[in-house]
Amino acid sequence: MKSRARAVLTAFTLMLSPGFAPAQPMQPATTAQVTEFRLDNGMRVIVNEDHRAPTVAHMIWYRVGSIDETNGTTGVAHALEHMMFKGTRDLKPGEFSKRVAELGGRENAFTSKDYTAYFEQIEKSQLEKVMALEADRMRNLQFDENEFAKEIRVVMEERRLRTEDQPIALLHEALNATAFAVHPYRNPVIGWPTDLEHMTLADVRNWYRMWYAPNNAVMVVSGDVGPEQVHVLAQKYFGKYQGQPIPRGKPQEEPPQRGIKRVTIKAPAENSYVALAFKVPALHDVEKDDDALALDVLAAVLDGYDNARLSAKLVRTDRVAYDVDASYSGIARGPVLFILDGTPAAGVTTEQLEKLLRGEVERVAREGVSEAELNRVKNQLIADEIYKRDSVFGQAMEIGSMEMTGLPYRQIDRLIERLRTVSSAQVQAVASRYFGDDALTVGTLVPLPLSGKKPAPATVPNEPLR
Amino acid sequence: MDKKPMPAKTMTKFFALVVLSAVCAFSHAAVQIQSWTLSNGARVLFVENHSLPILDVSVDFDAGSRRDPAGKSGTAAMTNAMLARGIRQIDTPAGREPAMSEAQISDAFADIAAQRGARVDNDRSGVTLRTLVSHRDVAMALLARILAQPAFPQEVLERDKARAISDLKESLTMPAPIAERAFEHLLYPNHPYGVEPTEASLQAITRDDVMAFHGAYYVANRAVIAMIGDVTREQADRIAQQLTNRLPQGAPLPALPSVAIVAGSEERIPHPASQAHIVIGMPGSTYHDPDHYALTVGNYILGGGGFASRLTQEVREKRGLTYGVYSYFNPMAQQGPFQIGLQTQKEQAVRALQVVRSTLADFLRDGPTDAEVQAAKDNLIGGFALRLDSNRKILGSVAAIGFYGLPLDYLDRWPERINSVTAADVRAAFNRKLQMDKLSTVVVGGSR
Repeated sequence: MKSRARAVLTAFTLMLSPGFAPAQPMQPATTAQVTEFRLDNGMRVIVNEDHRAPTVAHMIWYRVGSIDETNGTTGVAHALEHMMFKGTRDLKPGEFSKRVAELGGRENAFTSKDYTAYFEQIEKSQLEKVMALEADRMRNLQFDENEFAKEIRVVMEERRLRTEDQPIALLHEALNATAFAVHPYRNPVIGWPTDLEHMTLADVRNWYRMWYAPNNAVMVVSGDVGPEQVHVLAQKYFGKYQGQPIPRGKPQEEPPQRGIKRVTIKAPAENSYVALAFKVPALHDVEKDDDALALDVLAAVLDGYDNARLSAKLVRTDRVAYDVDASYSGIARGPVLFILDGTPAAGVTTEQLEKLLRGEVERVAREGVSEAELNRVKNQLIADEIYKRDSVFGQAMEIGSMEMTGLPYRQIDRLIERLRTVSSAQVQAVASRYFGDDALTVGTLVPLPLSGKKPAPATVPNEPLR
Repeated sequence: MDKKPMPAKTMTKFFALVVLSAVCAFSHAAVQIQSWTLSNGARVLFVENHSLPILDVSVDFDAGSRRDPAGKSGTAAMTNAMLARGIRQIDTPAGREPAMSEAQISDAFADIAAQRGARVDNDRSGVTLRTLVSHRDVAMALLARILAQPAFPQEVLERDKARAISDLKESLTMPAPIAERAFEHLLYPNHPYGVEPTEASLQAITRDDVMAFHGAYYVANRAVIAMIGDVTREQADRIAQQLTNRLPQGAPLPALPSVAIVAGSEERIPHPASQAHIVIGMPGSTYHDPDHYALTVGNYILGGGGFASRLTQEVREKRGLTYGVYSYFNPMAQQGPFQIGLQTQKEQAVRALQVVRSTLADFLRDGPTDAEVQAAKDNLIGGFALRLDSNRKILGSVAAIGFYGLPLDYLDRWPERINSVTAADVRAAFNRKLQMDKLSTVVVGGSR
C-alpha cells in the first residue's frame, strides 16, 4: 500500500540520479572491469564487462537535454527522441524497432533535463547488428512531414497522460517553474503545451543537426563482451563519421533567490499534498564538494530506509502524514534541489505538515545524527555496490548518466569512499546551512472534487518530480 | 521520459506479466532448478549461483486477495502489510526471543542492508528478501519470525487502515484505477477476482480477522520457497526449514467458485480528465491452459510486441491517437483477464475504440500471417536469454513455477513449445478464448 509519491520518486531517482548507488571500496569491482577509449572523431566508448549471462546492454547517450532548449521550442529534445524511430535513408518508419524485435531485442529511449539516451538489450551475438542500427540513425535520419504530424500528437497524448491528468505531476511542474525563474530547468522535459502545438519539423531537424554527432555522444556497452570486440565494432560503424562543433548556449544562470516563493495548484484529487524545494549545492567535484556529499547522507538519514527519520516520526509515530519523502541528487548539469514532500493525514493541514517536515531537518541541525543512523546508511552504500551488479542494464545506466553530467564514471568508487567518511558534524552543518526561507519554494496541491460540487477539505495525493 | 509507455495504473499487472513471460523464458542448462519438499510440506525451488555474494529468497502462500473474507476485501493485503509491524515474544528451547517493534524490525534489516519486500496479488501473498550472503543468518532468522510470530498491534492496524483508506480514496479520483475496478467488476461479477476493497470493507477489518487470516493461510504445508544465490543445497535446505518450521499445518482450503464467462457489457463513467481511459477484455486463461503458447505468440502480434504489434501500428503509428496501447493475457490460478488498454484525448475516444475493435475483430477472423508468427518467434526465442540474466529475474520465474505447480522442465521446453506454434494455432486459440460479443468495455471520461 505504498502511495504513489514514493513509487514515482523512487523510479525517478533510479533513472536520473546514480549518485547514491555506486561502488564498493572493499572491492572496487566496478571500475576494475570497465574500459574506456575514444575514437578519432571524439566519440567516447565505455565498456563494462559482466560475463554472468550471455546478454548485452548497448546504449548511446547524447549530451543534450531540455537544459539546452530555449523558450518557444521547449520539448524539442524529447520530440526528436520520438522521431529517431521514424526512419533513415535505408530504413522505413518503424523499421528500426522491427529489426531489433526480430533480433530478440528490446529497445527504448529516454530524455531528461541533461541528456537523451537510446538503448537496446540483446543476446550478445546481436551486438554488431544493433550497433549498426544506432550508427545509422546518428547521421542518416529522415524527416517526413506526415510522420512528424502524427508523432507530435503522440507526444501531446504523452503529456496529457503524464502531466495534465496527474495532479502531483502538475504540482511539480509548477514547483520547478517557480523555483527557477531563469535557468532552463524551469521548463518541463516534455515541453509546454503551446510549444508542442507549434513545434515544426524544422525545429526537430535543426536540433538533430546541431547535437547528434559522435563527439557529443558516449557509447556504453555493459554485459558479456570484451573491450577489443567493442572497439573494433565502434570504429567500424561510428568511426567513419566526422565530429563537428557542438554549440553550447549562454549560461542562463539562476540569480540568487531572495525570499520564499509559493505556488498553488488546484486539481481533482482526494488528498492535499505539499512539496518543499530548497536550492542546494550540486556535486561537481568529488574531492571538493563536501556539502553535496553531506546532503546526500542527510537525504538517506531522513528517508533512506523503512524506518528512517521522516517516516518513523511523521507517519509511524506521530501519524500526522500518510506519506513523506526526502530526495536529493547532486549529480546534474544544472542547479539542484533538495525536496521534502508529503501527504498530510486527515485533520492535518499542508501548512502544518510543511512546518513538521522542516522541523525534522531542524532537529538534525540542532542535534546531529546518531552513529547508528550513519552506520546504517553507510552499510547500505556498501551493500548496494554488490546488489547493483545483479543488473547489467543498471550498471550501464549508472555509468552513462554520471558521464552526462560531467562526472567521470571512474569516480564512482571514490564517491562512495568519500560518502562513507561523512561525519555527523558535516550532516548537521548542511542541515543548518541550506534549509532557511530564502532559497525555499513551496508547492501546495489543493484538491478539487471530481464533480466540481463542493471543495474538499485539505488532504493529500502524492507523486513525481516531473 | 520513455518513448514507450508503461501505463501507470496497469503497472502491477505488467509486472505480473513480466514475471509470467519470464517463466516462459528460460530453458537451457544456464539455470538449474533443484526442487524438494520439506517434511512439513513446504516446497523448495533452489538455484545455486555463486557469481555474486548475495542471496534472494521469496516465500509465497495461497493467501492472495481471492481469499479475502466476504465483506472484508483488503484483508489479504492488510495481513501481508502487517507482518513486519511487530513480533511477539516467545520462549523456545534455545531461550527467550524478545518482542520487537515495527521500528526495531526495520532497523534490524537496515543495519545489515537487507532488502525486505512484499508481494500480494489475486492468487498469492508472500515476502521477498535480498541479503548479502555474509548476513544471511540474521536476515533469515528475522524473516522466519515475521512470518510466524507477527504481533498485529491493534493501534498500528488502525493507523494502517487509515492510510489504506486514504490511498483508496485518492485512487478513486484517478481515471486509470477507476477504469480498472469497473473492468474487474464487469468481468468477474460472481468471483473474488472481481471484488475490490472499499472504504467500508477496509473499515470492517478487525485484528481478529487479520489473525484468523494469517493462521489459516500462512501455513507450512502450502509454503512455496524460491531461492537463488551464493549458498549450497544443504544451506538452502536449512534456510527453508528455518523459514517454515515455526508455521502451523493448515487445513484444506475452501473451494472457490469457478470463473463464469458472462455476456459482454459496456460502462461509461464520467471524469474531468483530458484523456479517456479505455479498457476492453474478458476472462482469459490460466497457466495450465493448453493454449498458453499459442496465446503468448498471438498476443505478441496483437498488442504485446511493442512497436511491431498490430494495435500499436493501427492506433499509434498510423493515427497518432495514443501514447500507449497494449494487450495481454494475465494467466492466473483461475482464468485471469485478457485485456486491451489505451488512453486518448477524450474527444477522439469513440474513434480510437472503433480502431481497437476492428483490429481485434480482424485478428480473430483472419489470424496472423506466417510472417508475423515468424517475427514473434524470432523475438520471443531470440530474446530468451534476456529473461534470465539476473538473479532477481530468475527468482521471479522460479517462484511462479513453484506456486503455480508448473513442471520443472517447463522452462527447458519453452522455446520448442513456442517454436511449434503455427498461425492456425494462434487463430484457433484466440477464437477459443475470445468472442467479440463477450468482451466488456469500460470508458472513463470521454465524450458521449
